[in-house]
Amino acid sequence: MNGSAIAASGLRKAYKDKTVLDGIDLNVRTGTIFALLGPNGAGKTTTVNVLTTLLTPDAGKVVVAGHDVATETKAVRAAIGVTGQFASVDDLLTGEENLLMMADLLHLPKAEGKRVAGRLLERFDLVEAASKLVVSYSGGMRRKLDLAMTLVGDPQIIFLDEPTTGLDPRSRRTMWEIIRELVAEGTTIFLTTQYLEEADQLADRIAVLDQGRLVAEGTADELKRRIPGSHVRLRFTDRHALDVAARVLHESTRHDDELTLRVPGDGGVRSLRALIDRLDAHSLEVEELSVHTPDLDDVFLALTGHGNTEVSGR
Amino acid sequence: MNAISASLADSRTMLRRNFRHTMRNPLALFNAIIVPIFVVFLMVYVLGGAFSVGTDYVNYATPGLIIMTIGHGIGPTATAVNSDMTTGFINRLRVMHVSRAAVLNAHVFEIMLRTLVAIAIIIGVALAMGFRPAASFPQWLGAIAIIALTVLAIGWLTVAAGLAAKSPESAGIFGVPLMLLPFLSSAFVPADTMGPGAREFAEYQPFTSIIETLRGFLTGAPSTGTAITAVAWCAGLSLAGYLWARATFTKRA
Repeated sequence: MNGSAIAASGLRKAYKDKTVLDGIDLNVRTGTIFALLGPNGAGKTTTVNVLTTLLTPDAGKVVVAGHDVATETKAVRAAIGVTGQFASVDDLLTGEENLLMMADLLHLPKAEGKRVAGRLLERFDLVEAASKLVVSYSGGMRRKLDLAMTLVGDPQIIFLDEPTTGLDPRSRRTMWEIIRELVAEGTTIFLTTQYLEEADQLADRIAVLDQGRLVAEGTADELKRRIPGSHVRLRFTDRHALDVAARVLHESTRHDDELTLRVPGDGGVRSLRALIDRLDAHSLEVEELSVHTPDLDDVFLALTGHGNTEVSGR
Repeated sequence: MNAISASLADSRTMLRRNFRHTMRNPLALFNAIIVPIFVVFLMVYVLGGAFSVGTDYVNYATPGLIIMTIGHGIGPTATAVNSDMTTGFINRLRVMHVSRAAVLNAHVFEIMLRTLVAIAIIIGVALAMGFRPAASFPQWLGAIAIIALTVLAIGWLTVAAGLAAKSPESAGIFGVPLMLLPFLSSAFVPADTMGPGAREFAEYQPFTSIIETLRGFLTGAPSTGTAITAVAWCAGLSLAGYLWARATFTKRA
């Protein structure tokens, strides 16, 4: 393999007159986590459906695990696992029966299936619930079982469509831990999320999808740097110091009641040093200095150019 | 493993799952078996005494009750098929390269087995209540064949409706007309005793020809013309349901 687990170019998909994907190019390196970030309706699930052989695009080429999705569907399916947007577990089976059903559908020998199911139940801390019907599981347990079912086939590439939507913070952290473990073992993860924090926490690379188009791609830090808004926050001991500093640092904005100045800058070491030199040259005493880089919330709003009430970072 | 044996193995796996669903869904079992038994008692013991159909009423009504039993068990199946579709379970199976045939056939096969068991129970109850069929052995085979064909037609329509419905709730409603249509057929009283409008409807709707065919076999006096109409209905509805289910399965990702 050439190091590329997923390579897509020029993906287009439209339903009647509504364009859902408008020329998407993606490249995901083997063994990394790639996050596709976007609000509801941006086209995330459609992208996943195209990449996972479920949907034929109107145009474009997709190569997954070295196989063309259009012509080598079976080979692609053998290499991938998909955990959908809703936990697609069987409520009227027990946790163990769900896993054994997957093993049967993958045509594993009986003993092998039992072994794999047992190992996954243990790994996901579901041993006690193994013989209970899934209908009695909590949301977090369902998601874990859902992912465990995907892992029965030992896929090289896993697609997770909004894996933590609707989970409580603790279950979300557990899910993040599991995802990190999988990547440590060499699995490639393609993740969609509407939570900026999730992409920030997990992903090696992030692509921002908005209205069927990728509006940005890069590491979390690269994306943050791409937009203005980095600043240094200086806090002073008294009003007099603030007045003096505000005159010296005339590009800053002052907040009188907090006794602070916000000095715009790129957040880099060089500009920070220059700022400190200027403070020293004027013998300005600073009570506290902090560097603020924008978080992904700011990035998202800046890149998509429109507010989005559905995005919540924390 | 070649494609056919893989598909057969997958069908078995899916069938086992569907059976577990039925056994763990009290409402499905109740609808499929207890409700028809209740209707048998109602029609034969409570209401039947007032009907004059020219023969012992249990002998007249049993064929209709048998066919009605088919419609009773299917609501939960439509709901189950639909929730598989809407929760992404079917997508999971598709990504695992499980064949469409395995998924769909397993549902129809499960409806078939479950319904035949329910019908066997209904026939047992009817016999206990004085039902005396006059069918010869080949006529019994004919009766079983028309029952199986009807289940096949309703089974495929149910699976298709389950796949196509927007939500499990709207899928469940699909079974209602199939439960009610037999009341507007010759199931409980001959069509020619009905009022205008109802009579024409009863005469031409598929359940009447199917029930009359079954009644013909069980009373030992089958009519070829009715049987052909009934088989044509069943074949046509099966094909329509099958094609509808296939198209919907492929289209909905």
